[in-house]
Amino acid sequence: MTVIGWLQIILFCVIIVALTKPLGWYMTRVFNGERTFLSPVLRPIEAGIYRFSGVDEKREQHWLNYTVAMLLFHVGGFLIIYGVMRLQAVLPFNPAGQSAVAADLSFNTAVSFITNTNWQNYGGESTLSYLVQMLGLTHQNFLSAATGIALAVALIRGFSRASARTVGNFWVDVVRCTLYVLLPICVVYTLFLVSQGMPQTLGGYVEATTLEGVKQTIAVGPVASQVAIKMLGTNGGGFFNANAAHPFENPTALSNFVQMLSIFALGAALTNVFGRMVGNQRQGWAILSVMGVLFLAGVAVTYWAEASGTSTLHALGLTGGNMEGKEVRFGIVASSLFAVITTAASCGAVNAMHDSFTALGGMIPLINMQLGEIIVGGVGAGLYGMLVFVVLAIFVAGLMVGRTPEYVGKKIEAREVKMAMLAILVLPLMYLGWTAVGVVYPAAVASMANAGPHGFTEVLYAFTSATGNNGSAFAGLTGNTIFYNLTLASAMFVGRFFMIVPAMAIAGSLAAKKSIAPSAGTFPTTGGLFVGLVVGVILIIGGLTFFPALALGPIVEHLAMNAGNLF
Amino acid sequence: MLREIRPAIVLLLVLTVITGLAYPLAMTAIAGALFPARAQGSLIEKDGKVVGSALIGQEFKDDKYFQGRPSATVAPDPNDSTKTVSAPYNAANSGGSNLGPTSKALADRLKEDVDKLEGENPNAAVPVDLVTTSASGLDPDISPEAAQFQVPRVAKARNMPEDQVKQLVTANTEGRLLGLIGEPQVNVLALNLSLDRTAAK
Repeated sequence: MTVIGWLQIILFCVIIVALTKPLGWYMTRVFNGERTFLSPVLRPIEAGIYRFSGVDEKREQHWLNYTVAMLLFHVGGFLIIYGVMRLQAVLPFNPAGQSAVAADLSFNTAVSFITNTNWQNYGGESTLSYLVQMLGLTHQNFLSAATGIALAVALIRGFSRASARTVGNFWVDVVRCTLYVLLPICVVYTLFLVSQGMPQTLGGYVEATTLEGVKQTIAVGPVASQVAIKMLGTNGGGFFNANAAHPFENPTALSNFVQMLSIFALGAALTNVFGRMVGNQRQGWAILSVMGVLFLAGVAVTYWAEASGTSTLHALGLTGGNMEGKEVRFGIVASSLFAVITTAASCGAVNAMHDSFTALGGMIPLINMQLGEIIVGGVGAGLYGMLVFVVLAIFVAGLMVGRTPEYVGKKIEAREVKMAMLAILVLPLMYLGWTAVGVVYPAAVASMANAGPHGFTEVLYAFTSATGNNGSAFAGLTGNTIFYNLTLASAMFVGRFFMIVPAMAIAGSLAAKKSIAPSAGTFPTTGGLFVGLVVGVILIIGGLTFFPALALGPIVEHLAMNAGNLF
Repeated sequence: MLREIRPAIVLLLVLTVITGLAYPLAMTAIAGALFPARAQGSLIEKDGKVVGSALIGQEFKDDKYFQGRPSATVAPDPNDSTKTVSAPYNAANSGGSNLGPTSKALADRLKEDVDKLEGENPNAAVPVDLVTTSASGLDPDISPEAAQFQVPRVAKARNMPEDQVKQLVTANTEGRLLGLIGEPQVNVLALNLSLDRTAAK
């Protein structure tokens, strides 16, 4: 670890905190339906969209209708992606002449993109046409991100409203999020990325003759427009197979730094939106503090582990850290930081190969995802995931003092706690359950690339990432098989919707409640005690659920490495 | 519920056209006008022919060229399409080795490469980036140490004074942005092109 390395990490954190308030202010205005500086241009388009599609923007929805609207929207999105993938061979914008994508891979990818996972069983440049990249992937990157944010806003309205029957209008929230938040940022962001060297072209792959006279086919494409929303919307599905490690998908140290910022920007800002909507910004800062504590702890461990290297490298006298699977322009620190960010949020883009990380360095991304990606988290998904944990922490605090727990003026009762527990318990069922199948079913075992405990970690990482809708991978695992295409899709589906529906049920139930004024007995939820309590609850639940699995994978691998065992 | 079906279909189609077609196509047009060379992939031409991209590494085997990092990219086996064969710096199929920290295959590969490099230049420590594969398999850069390490070999193969080669390395070394962000790096293709230019003079 170096001083310059830590300065880069600190600079990153400072900029995120500085962005949280202004972005939160702007997004609050957008979701409250107020005028913004973009309204003169965008308002006519917005109104036209509502007229054309028969949406009454004044009519709000009950939480059930809101949820049903969201689900219908996803069914349509699924059909579009699946359709263009199956038909890409006969559709335009296919200069590389890619043939139709297989049914199981198309199914996996379609589920993956509507759930904001963006797991890459597809190979990017070797599998997909430009039309699929644009119409299938770029478009769903926008919509799954807008959906996540809309759901988080609906849950916030549950906390902030009193005796209300409705939580907002899903269509209005999605359209406003897309038009006022995501698109304008992406337009500027795309141009920045191209200025750094990221291609944005519809031209075919380039045939070059290298200095030594060898033919090199260089894949290009409309990369920048997709990468902008891939990062901002915490989607993470790569244009290229190597994702953000590919020089065209992340050309410079600066493009890398901005990509890291854009993963966290909206998720962090949503904590401020929460604070503003419930009438006290300090409530938002308290939640961001919980995230910050967990985040910095993770960064410290991964950076230390990667900078320390492995015993294999030490034995050969190689110093400078574990550079296997990392790019020179990012080095140890930016690769470690990126890995923690991408798994703290549910982004899943990678600028280094996590499979080649040290055992402990690779364990932190795994833990981040197993905790439910609540450290900033996916856009929207992180906040509602975190609020589920807050409900639980408040409940625990209430039990300790024997009082009905309350949070931001709402009594937390049996229904909310049951729904919170449902959301929290269904995730480990998916990743632990499928991992158990994956390590005994022969066709699945054949997919492991590494032997020994590392192979087990590959499988555990895959199902954890899918369930958490992250999308990063220990990429040595051969995921493009019938078994993994189907099981991973089921994990992604359950991980997304069995989280969303209970969260929306909490929103509806809270919105209907009366708001009560804080009294002397109310547990203050803006201070250090609250932050400590939530961190504690998250770690205890996480620790109890995942420690046995981690012990079999990364922990035993670390011990084996120190004992000089190779597999 | 029925009243949500029309928006579900129409809104989805409208937003699909905006975000899936209008946005990427408009960005392609604007980016192509503002940054024409970069939008095309930062291609480098020599005597009218494309010799590569400034951002994409390529394989160098000849002693008179600086070599990049090992690359783990593969290509489909021409004899059996279900298998793959090693194809370093395959810019149409990026990827890393994905070998883990306790992998025997990785340990063996590292040992072989370190032994080879130690034979080539016994006077310096082997830089770690010169024996580890990159994440993309297309890393265009090496560390300044990895470039300096190769100076004696390149100078000998080209019959050039080592100092002159060293100067070229220094001239092609890029530092951190604002002295803070990123890592010092040397673009291998740019360095080799400037070597060729110097030799041609």
